Amino acid sequence: MSAATIINLPDQSTARIPKMNFLTKENGLLSWLLTGDHKRIATLYLISITFFFFIGGALAGLIRLELLTPQTDLMAADTYNKVFTMHGVIMVFFFLVPSVPATIGNFLIPMMVGARDLALPKVNLLSWYLYVIAGCMAIYTMAAGGVDTGWTFTTPLSTHYLNTHVISTGLAIFVAGFSSIFTGLNFIVTIHKMRCPGMTWFRLPLFVWSNYAASILMVLGTPVLAITLVLVVLERSLHIGVFDPAYGGDPILFQHLFWFYSHPAVYIMILPGMGVISEVVSTFSRKRVFGYTAVAFSSVAIAVFGFFVWAHHMFIMGISNYAALVFSLLTMLVAVPSAIKIFNWAFTLYKGSITFETPMLYAFGFMGLFTIGGMTGVFLGATGTDIHLTETYFIVAHFHFVMVGGMLMAFLSGIHFWWPKWTGRMYPEKISQLAAIVTFIGFNFTFFPQFILGTLGMPRRYAAYPPEFQALNVFSTAGATILGVGYLLPILYLTWSLKYGEIAGNNPWQATGLEWQTQSPPLTENFPVIPIMDHEAYDYDWLEKQEQKEVASVG
Amino acid sequence: MDHISPVLWQFLVKWLTHFALFPPEASKIAPEMDALYFFMALVSLVGLTLVILLVLGFSILYNKNRHPKAIQIEGSTILEATWTIIPLGLFLIMFVWGALLYFRIYTPPANAMNIYVVGKQWMWKVEHPGGQHEINALHVPTGRAVQLTLISQDVFHSFSIPAFRVKREAIPGRYSTVWFEATTPGTYHLFCTQYCGTNHSQMIGDVVVMTPDDFKKWLDGSTSGNSLAQDGERLFASLSCNACHNTRPDARGPSLANVYDSRLTLSTGETVTADDAYLRQAILNPSQHTIQGYAPIMPTYQGQVSEEGVIALVEYIKNLDSDYRVQQTLNTTDLVPEGQAGKAPTAGQKPAAQKGVKP
Repeated sequence: MSAATIINLPDQSTARIPKMNFLTKENGLLSWLLTGDHKRIATLYLISITFFFFIGGALAGLIRLELLTPQTDLMAADTYNKVFTMHGVIMVFFFLVPSVPATIGNFLIPMMVGARDLALPKVNLLSWYLYVIAGCMAIYTMAAGGVDTGWTFTTPLSTHYLNTHVISTGLAIFVAGFSSIFTGLNFIVTIHKMRCPGMTWFRLPLFVWSNYAASILMVLGTPVLAITLVLVVLERSLHIGVFDPAYGGDPILFQHLFWFYSHPAVYIMILPGMGVISEVVSTFSRKRVFGYTAVAFSSVAIAVFGFFVWAHHMFIMGISNYAALVFSLLTMLVAVPSAIKIFNWAFTLYKGSITFETPMLYAFGFMGLFTIGGMTGVFLGATGTDIHLTETYFIVAHFHFVMVGGMLMAFLSGIHFWWPKWTGRMYPEKISQLAAIVTFIGFNFTFFPQFILGTLGMPRRYAAYPPEFQALNVFSTAGATILGVGYLLPILYLTWSLKYGEIAGNNPWQATGLEWQTQSPPLTENFPVIPIMDHEAYDYDWLEKQEQKEVASVG
Repeated sequence: MDHISPVLWQFLVKWLTHFALFPPEASKIAPEMDALYFFMALVSLVGLTLVILLVLGFSILYNKNRHPKAIQIEGSTILEATWTIIPLGLFLIMFVWGALLYFRIYTPPANAMNIYVVGKQWMWKVEHPGGQHEINALHVPTGRAVQLTLISQDVFHSFSIPAFRVKREAIPGRYSTVWFEATTPGTYHLFCTQYCGTNHSQMIGDVVVMTPDDFKKWLDGSTSGNSLAQDGERLFASLSCNACHNTRPDARGPSLANVYDSRLTLSTGETVTADDAYLRQAILNPSQHTIQGYAPIMPTYQGQVSEEGVIALVEYIKNLDSDYRVQQTLNTTDLVPEGQAGKAPTAGQKPAAQKGVKP
């Protein structure tokens, strides 16, 4: 690969960050804590989710260290159980669910649709406060001794048999759920009502489409989780019989209710990430996304089908064989739109003019890892092989490939891609390319051995395991240290770049989205005047003409 | 290798030579499941290679140095239809193939030998029909279909035998079944795979597969003296079940002979098959399962009988093929409650002669 680049920076000796922007408009802590500006709220979210990511990551490190040896020698079994539970709770509810939508989505959706803010700015701030309250409750739970139900809260274990802090964790997730419902609601209203003149549905960037699909899932799915957790709390505190057979309840009912949210939640986590990949792949190959409509509709198809596959988590749990048949078939159908997306992205490269800046490297990482994650999902969606592979490390590897290899790669890709827009400064290119490669290598070292472990039958959530599984676990732990370095690097150089990064200018990537046609960092109002969308999304010819016009008028 | 400490060296050698990569195939279904597994692995590999080739190939052919000006393309319906239909077709093959395996694994054959398994925090208790009890171990013969009837006494557990490629959740409050036919003698892992609390990772054991001869020897050497049905019979008597289920014409409860697997009409008008699950429910929660023509007077035995007790009772009822057996049971217990003899004056005196006698 060559040093060819599309980075187009203004002359560094004269360039200045615009004096007036959303970061400098007002000063002081209160101006941040009481802001209605979607970009400031996105910044608050970015800081908070990064904080939780590193807590969750530290817990993951402890898990991998414990699994270095077959015995429980680093921590006792119940400590291990608390560690993996808190790792799951924090990563799922406090990092993955809000990661792309509440940070990148919050920052970009109003700009992408050509609006000045989200439709309900105060509700947006409320979302963040709910998130923070929920986060404090989660931290309280950890400080008070933790919880060891697993993030899935399986009843009657969670309602009857454990004496850890189930109630405070349940309520924390309940509150976090409302944060996510409000974010989803805000996005839906904004995308419906706030599009600028000329911005038809099929001129929307694909990032908006995928966040729209995810928002529908958030608004329709999360209330079910909220009710389920309230029932768990009530059964635990008041002994009403809903899930516990000892009180006349049905434990399978809990599984249905929990997975009715938690399977769509997987798509809440991955869909916005897919949106990022569409933007990045198009920008760095200078080409319209191949088959825009197919990619847009595949997001919606994933959202719709995603609601009807929840029982594939229960194939071995005594649902009827015929129910398993139906849910397996629907699971196969939901795999198709994901395959469509992968091939459409690959063909976006065809006859493009490709450069390999950091966001693109992360996007390539996403495509490779998500393909593996998606295909192994089919292993689990087919009822027969699911019997052997479910509840083992195979499933752990599968969802880490999708969530970490997919979503986290997409998140990092997006953060690097929009960093110049967000802060007005470039991140350092070489070291970030290195970080992307280190992350990819470390990721594969960590999680690929887990597919083999799962096939061998090593159950998940085991603090101790038979000695013949050790070699692969050692590989996995070694990979995790590489992965850790890959995640620490960005936090260092991105912080560095806040002060020392090169001035980015309005449109360093020469991208077509409306967000790139305004200053960096943007004004609080986003645009001096509401833009008029007079071209298709990803119209690079329009961009070129625009630039020629500017040169002509300035010259 | 002088600079590597001998301890570390030994450690490396030890675990590099104990490097499992694929689980043993020890049941009849295992090779069939592995065939599907490898088919899927092959499809994944081809798919992944294709994606990598496309991305790498286009990256080389169309990088900015070589191809400075992108050529805009809208899309291609034919190409997109191709990569919709081919994956869909492959996924549907996997779906059908998987479903065939699934139905086989979860539909036990009628002639399978039944073994009961009770899961509790944190052990597996295995009950053979012959009265052999095992904890965290399961002995089975080769060449014979073995059905496991699982239940949990507390939380969800999951009974997993990777070498057989079978797994089934043990659910609190309901029976679930799975079956297999072991093919290769040996000792294999038994895991609880559903997270069940503190000592989840200690809820492990051994599955010992033996030749039929060895298995017979093992059965003979491990018997506790009573078969499971005999245990059930004792329990039946000590819980005074026979006070009502006593086969007499005036009995307050229905006769239980040959009731197993028969069709029953409930007082609600619903008809049910009297399988293991129904019998269990009828013992623990009788008011919901009253038989047509009988008053709902049976008390609940919830909390009085353990899951093993219920299993023994069910096994006893399963083996009841004539009223005579119950009457024998009647005989032995009527000797005990002397004081109550007045209330049921004729009970137990001449069981064979009681038919048709009305008090």
